[in-house]
Amino acid sequence: MENRSPYIVNAPSVSIIMLKVLLALIPGIALYVLVFGLGVIINILLASLTVILTESVILALRKLPIKPFILDGSGLVTAWLLALSIPSIAPWWIIVLGTLLCIIFGKHLYGGLGYNLFNPAMVGYAILLISFPSIMTHWQIPTNLMTNHINWLDQISIIFNSNVFPKETLDAMSSATPLDYIKTQLTLHQPLNMIQQDKIFGFIGGRGLELINLGYLAGGLYLLKEKIISWHLPVAFLSTLFLTALIFHIAAPDTYASPLFHIMSGGSMLCAFFIITDPVSAPTTPKGKIYFAAGIALLVFIIRIFGGYPEGIAFAVLLFNICVPLIDSLTQPRVFGHK
Amino acid sequence: MQLKNIFKFNGGVHPDENKIISTRLPIAKLAIPKKLVLPLRQHVGHVAKVKVKPGDQVLKGQIIAEADGNISAAIHAPTSGKILKISEEVLPHPSGLPDFCIIIEPDFKDTWIEKKPIAWKKLDKTQLIEALSQSGIVGLGGAVFPSHMKLKTNQNQTINTLVINAAECEPFITCDDMLMRERADEIIQGSLIAQTILGAEKCVVGIEDNKIEAYEALKKAAQKTLVEIKVVPTLYPSGDAKRLIFLLMGIEVPKEKRSVDLGIQVFNVATVAAIYRYLEFGEPSISRIVTITGAVKTPQNYEVLFGTPLSELIKTAGGSLNKQKKFIMGGPMMGFDLPSIDVPVTKAMNCVIESSPELFPAPKPVMPCIRCARCADACPVNLQPQELYWFSKSSQLEKAREYNLFDCIECGCCTYVCPSNIPLVQFYRYAKSEIIAQDKSKEAANTARERNEFRLARIEREKKERAERHAQKALGAQDKHAEEEKKSTIAAAMERVKQNQQENIKN
Repeated sequence: MENRSPYIVNAPSVSIIMLKVLLALIPGIALYVLVFGLGVIINILLASLTVILTESVILALRKLPIKPFILDGSGLVTAWLLALSIPSIAPWWIIVLGTLLCIIFGKHLYGGLGYNLFNPAMVGYAILLISFPSIMTHWQIPTNLMTNHINWLDQISIIFNSNVFPKETLDAMSSATPLDYIKTQLTLHQPLNMIQQDKIFGFIGGRGLELINLGYLAGGLYLLKEKIISWHLPVAFLSTLFLTALIFHIAAPDTYASPLFHIMSGGSMLCAFFIITDPVSAPTTPKGKIYFAAGIALLVFIIRIFGGYPEGIAFAVLLFNICVPLIDSLTQPRVFGHK
Repeated sequence: MQLKNIFKFNGGVHPDENKIISTRLPIAKLAIPKKLVLPLRQHVGHVAKVKVKPGDQVLKGQIIAEADGNISAAIHAPTSGKILKISEEVLPHPSGLPDFCIIIEPDFKDTWIEKKPIAWKKLDKTQLIEALSQSGIVGLGGAVFPSHMKLKTNQNQTINTLVINAAECEPFITCDDMLMRERADEIIQGSLIAQTILGAEKCVVGIEDNKIEAYEALKKAAQKTLVEIKVVPTLYPSGDAKRLIFLLMGIEVPKEKRSVDLGIQVFNVATVAAIYRYLEFGEPSISRIVTITGAVKTPQNYEVLFGTPLSELIKTAGGSLNKQKKFIMGGPMMGFDLPSIDVPVTKAMNCVIESSPELFPAPKPVMPCIRCARCADACPVNLQPQELYWFSKSSQLEKAREYNLFDCIECGCCTYVCPSNIPLVQFYRYAKSEIIAQDKSKEAANTARERNEFRLARIEREKKERAERHAQKALGAQDKHAEEEKKSTIAAAMERVKQNQQENIKN
């Protein structure tokens, strides 16, 4: 006779966990819409649709039950994270292609939920960034900064057909991100305080972008409260990024932006609370989580400042995903009664 | 109740306690049944030796099977009656395998054998242990290790602290709780006896903070003694001996060591109460308190004679006698499905829960592990259950061992918190049994190999010896020949000399 104790369980299902992650993204998304308009919603919808269709087909091909693996919600989390990582006015096929790459190459080729070595959203993002650098670095400027105010219908038509507007209009409504802008302007020997006078800068980070980062922070705090994520990852990531930026900023304030700018710019908060916290591709030991997140933060800073790309999160995360088995094996906690 | 000077261990879980339902009524005595089935193996160690034969009349408290050696425990007749037979019966054990039992038909007179209380205050340690070796008392917390053995200490062991385990951390189980409420004096007296025998300086009772009435009762009973009653948080598995020692003293019992190596001995409350009753009143171990709870009509604690068919207890508590119904022995975290309701109540049976789909829903479909490490957070041993799962599932048994699989106490906390509904503990049980089987077969193979090598060496040696003998023989034959030659030469020479002499004489 099989001994099947314990007879009781008390755990949120994988679906509930993923649902809470999606829920935690809502404040950030709401602020995104407030600042940049509805484009991001279109991208989220497209990504969600793509993920559901693709996963259903792949699960059917793999002869796996479709319903539980669609309802686990992990695909939707990947899709939403990718949609939030790409420029909101990118053409529709960018997000569709990106999502396909995430699900096929990031997830199912490794065996599906629980088996992926790399963060699926970052796999898709990295391939897109390398393949379509121009589209992937042209971000929309906040709607209130535009000279020709465009409405949400215009945004949708741009996503589905970029030819409806003259190229000049499109150029006028997009720009490099603040991180990117600083990098290019520094090569022109502009002092940092002058560069930051540009209209795309806000109080701390990029105008509008800093607000979205705050939204992600709020969602992240909710995930911490709900015990969906552990504090090790976001705390180690943000503090390492902050301290590294602080050291550089103190050493050369004219060249290196303030630590607050770094943690409120680009995808810092999204990375801290939503990307590196993907449990499947992160270490499981408390110490391992700290090393992993700190390493990523260091690499993010290095790529931002010295690398060829404006934002380094995807590459940093993917590189450290490779190290996870090693980090885990080197950071095994002391077992009760062992020395 | 205040938590003072407590050392918290990592992890642990706090499931719904479900204890109140079985503590509303006092402990009741279950009537003598028509038949008692007493397994010869109710304890850890050697099977008891049968001292009766079918047809014998026995009295209550009479030894019907005696301890076989030191690590063994006697079985006493729980009531007076006739020995019907000795046969194989199904036992309350996860294996569901039958084992030998003595069957008694009670005469319902319940006549005691002459009780021989022991003047324990006057006897020395050795005499007391000797007396207790006849008592049939084993660890009633579930470990069923013969208690007199735990009181024995050898020269290089000194016990400085006696820990009395009153944690009772598993949900549903309340037999210790009720015993403490109603018989706190016996527990404290028993603790003092055990402390004296062990020569321990200190005696600490560890009790979870959800048992207020029991705590008050113990506190009162311990008033004029030096027994310390210490409250620990209600956090499963605080009743695990190594966890309880840590909670109370901040000492981690090292791997592969026992608490006695550190001068700490642990007894369950029911066990020390039984020790007291044996010495004070001469009553051996013939009954215990059993919680019958769950889906039965009136959950309650009963004092039940060992050997009583479980069905009697279920019937009395208004439980279902439907054969399809499942009953769990022990708690919901570490218990197991009983093979039948006809099994007897044994020394290990602390609780029986009638299962129902509402109480214990069927397990949900298993999803892949998402490495969320909730299991690691819940593990009271600080293991990495998600790694152990991975190694067990892929049969990387050496890796599993390296990641300390054998430190796992199978408490079930990991499974309890798993979002993917993975029956983790079952994987560990499987991996452990596989490793043990492999080790055994490896050992057997090693022995066989050694024997074979020995045999080959022996054959080789014998061959060599034979060859040597042959050579010796051949050499011996040669020697003989040479000697004969020598002899004949000498003889010939002598002959010549003789002849010469004779010739000389003649000349």
